[in-house]
Amino acid sequence: MTSSNPIISIQSVGKSYGSFRAIKEISLDIEHGEFFSLLGASGCGKTTLLRMLAGFEDVTDGAVLIDGEDMTGVPPFLRPVNMVFQSYAIFPHLNVTDNIGYGLRKQKLPKAQRQEMIDEMLSLVQLDGYGARRANQLSGGQRQRIALARALIMKPKVLLLDEPLGALDKHLREQMQLELRRLQQALGITFVFVTHDQEEALTLSDRIAVMSGGAVLQVDTPAGLYEHPRTREVASFIGHMNFLEARVTGRKNGHATLDVAGLGTLDVPANGAALSTGDRTSIAVRPEKLRLHHSAPENGQRAVQGALKMTTYLGERSHFHVEVPGCDRPLAVSASNATLQDGRANAIGQPVWLTWAADSLIMMNDT
Amino acid sequence: MTAAPARHIRARGGLHGALHRSKAFRGYALLSPALVVLFVGVVVPFLILLMMSFWTRQGFDFDTTMTTLNYARAVDEPIFGTFLLRSFWVSGIATVATVLLCYPMAYYVAFHVHRNKMLWIILITLPFWTSYLLRVFAWRVILGYEGVINASLLSMGFIEKPLAFLLYSQTAVIITLAHAWAAFAILPLYVSLEKIDRSLLEAAADLGDGPVRRFLRVTLPLSLPGVIAATFLIFIPTTGDYITPALLGGPDGAMIGNLIQLQFGAVNNWPMGAALSIILTLWIAAIALVFVFLTRRAERVVA
Repeated sequence: MTSSNPIISIQSVGKSYGSFRAIKEISLDIEHGEFFSLLGASGCGKTTLLRMLAGFEDVTDGAVLIDGEDMTGVPPFLRPVNMVFQSYAIFPHLNVTDNIGYGLRKQKLPKAQRQEMIDEMLSLVQLDGYGARRANQLSGGQRQRIALARALIMKPKVLLLDEPLGALDKHLREQMQLELRRLQQALGITFVFVTHDQEEALTLSDRIAVMSGGAVLQVDTPAGLYEHPRTREVASFIGHMNFLEARVTGRKNGHATLDVAGLGTLDVPANGAALSTGDRTSIAVRPEKLRLHHSAPENGQRAVQGALKMTTYLGERSHFHVEVPGCDRPLAVSASNATLQDGRANAIGQPVWLTWAADSLIMMNDT
Repeated sequence: MTAAPARHIRARGGLHGALHRSKAFRGYALLSPALVVLFVGVVVPFLILLMMSFWTRQGFDFDTTMTTLNYARAVDEPIFGTFLLRSFWVSGIATVATVLLCYPMAYYVAFHVHRNKMLWIILITLPFWTSYLLRVFAWRVILGYEGVINASLLSMGFIEKPLAFLLYSQTAVIITLAHAWAAFAILPLYVSLEKIDRSLLEAAADLGDGPVRRFLRVTLPLSLPGVIAATFLIFIPTTGDYITPALLGGPDGAMIGNLIQLQFGAVNNWPMGAALSIILTLWIAAIALVFVFLTRRAERVVA
C-alpha cells in the first residue's frame, strides 16, 4: 500500500442505505496487475464494494479513484472497468459472437477487424467454433467463459468478477480457477474478485481483503492471512483454528508474555497487537501445527499432556481431539497419516502429549 | 422395495390404469375440458361458417348448392375491398397508437415502481372494468359537437366554432379503439418488461451503452414478445369491431364489421356475411404472419 500509483484507490469510502451502513469507511489500494480478492460471508458488503467500483452503486462518502481519476459521478458506461456478473448476464437474444462483440459496436471498427478480435477472444477462452450458438444452447461453464470474453475484449484496466464461479459444480470450478489465474497472468490485467469461498480466494489471489459487517478486517497475501491472522474473526474465517484464552502479563519490544489457559506462560511475537499488561486476549494455533506424541518428549521440549477424546480417519490425514486440562474446549490436531507413528494413536482416552513450534502460536488482537 | 409399487400400478386395468401409465394420455385428459370448449365453441362454428359461405341466399331460405359465387362477388364489387382496407387502416393506426402509448406506462410500472406493482396494474386497468359500450358512449360525450373537448376549447377561446371532425369520423373510431383496448396492451407489455433480467441492463451499461442504446439494444428486443402479443390482441379484434364504428364512425368511419353485421341483419344474406368473415379471417392470418416475420428480422438488425 505504499505504491505511488495504484490502479484502484478506495479512499475512506462509505455507503449508507437510509440509516443502514452497508460500507463503513474503507480505504484500500489495489496495484497494477494484481489478483485482488474481496472475501467475506454473504452480506458483508463485498459485492456492494465491487458494484461501487463498477459504478452501479454510488458512493455515499469518500471517493474511488481508478488509474488516478476520481470516478465520483462517472456512470458505468464511461468507466475503464468491466464486470463479470454472478448470473453471467449473457444476452439471451444474441448469439455468442454478438454477445462477445457487444461492447465493440460503439467503437465503429471495420467488420473484419471486429470478427478477428472476437475469434481471438473465443480461442482465448477455448470456445473456438461456438460463435453461432445461442445463449440457451450453452452450459454454465461456457456461459461463464462468454461473460469473461465479453468483458476482456473491452481491454479494461480492471476486470471485476462477482462470485463468477459460484454457480459451477466443484470439478468445473477448480478447472475455471486455474483458467482464471492463467488468463490473468497472460493478460496482466488487474482482477478484483469477490468470493465467499476462502479456499478459492487462497488459491487465486495475490492479496485478499477479508471483509465483515461492511468493514475490511485485514488485507494480506494468502500466506500472510493464513499464518498471521490478526483477529479471531479472520483466524476462524480462514481454515480451522484452535483458540486458547490468554492474559497479557508483560510486553517488551515486539513480544508479549502471556498466561495461556492450558499451556502456561509463553513468550510470543505481538503480531501487531496493541494490548498492554492485564488485557485479555487469545492465542490461535492451527491444528496441523500441533504435534501429537504418544510418550513425553525426551529432548526437554515444552509439551502439554492431554487425553485423546476422538479420532477421525480421513485417508490422507487424521484428525484428533485432545482434552487438555485448563482448556475449555478440546484442541483439534491434524496430522498426515504418513508421519503418524503407529495405530496406537486410535485408542480413546489414552494419554498423549502435544508439542508446537514457537512461531506457530499466534497472538490475537482481540479476545 | 421399489419394484412392488410399480407392479401394483401396472396391475390396475381400465381407465385408471391408463391414467397412471401414459403421460400423454394424462395430458390430454387434463386438457379435455379446454379441448371440448374449443371444439364446440370455435371449430364447429367455424366449419358451419365455412360451409355456409359456399351457399347462396334464396328468398328467405338458403340454396345449399356449393358455389364460390359469394367470394367472386367479394372480389368483384369494390365496396367490399374498400371496407376491408379501411378496417385494416383504422385498426392498424389504433393498434400502433395503443402500443406506443401503453409501452411507456408498462415500462414505468415494470422498472420504476418498486412497491405495490399489482396495485398499479389494477389501477391502470380500472377503467376497463366498465362495459365496452359504456366506454364508447363516454367518448361520445367527450368528442361530441358540444362535448367536453369542444366546450373547453371554445371557452378558452382557442377555437371559434366546435370542431366537427372529432365525432362521427375515423379519428373518433381510432381514439376510442385505442383507449378501449389499452388494457390488452399494457398487460402483455408489462409482463414482458418485468421478466427482463436487470443484470442484462447492467451488463449493457458496463459494456459502454448509455440509456438510449441500452433501451434499443436490450430492453426493446427482449420486450418484443410482449409488443407482438399486444399488437395481435388489439389488431385482430378491432379489425372486425362494429360497435365503435357504428356509434362513432359516421359516414366514412364504417368498417368491414358493420358490413358483415348488415349481411346477417338487415340485408339478411347470411352466406355473403359468412364469406366476408372467412375472407377477413384469412387476411388477418396473412397479416399476422408477415408481421411476425418482419419483427423477427428487425430483432436481428437492431441487435
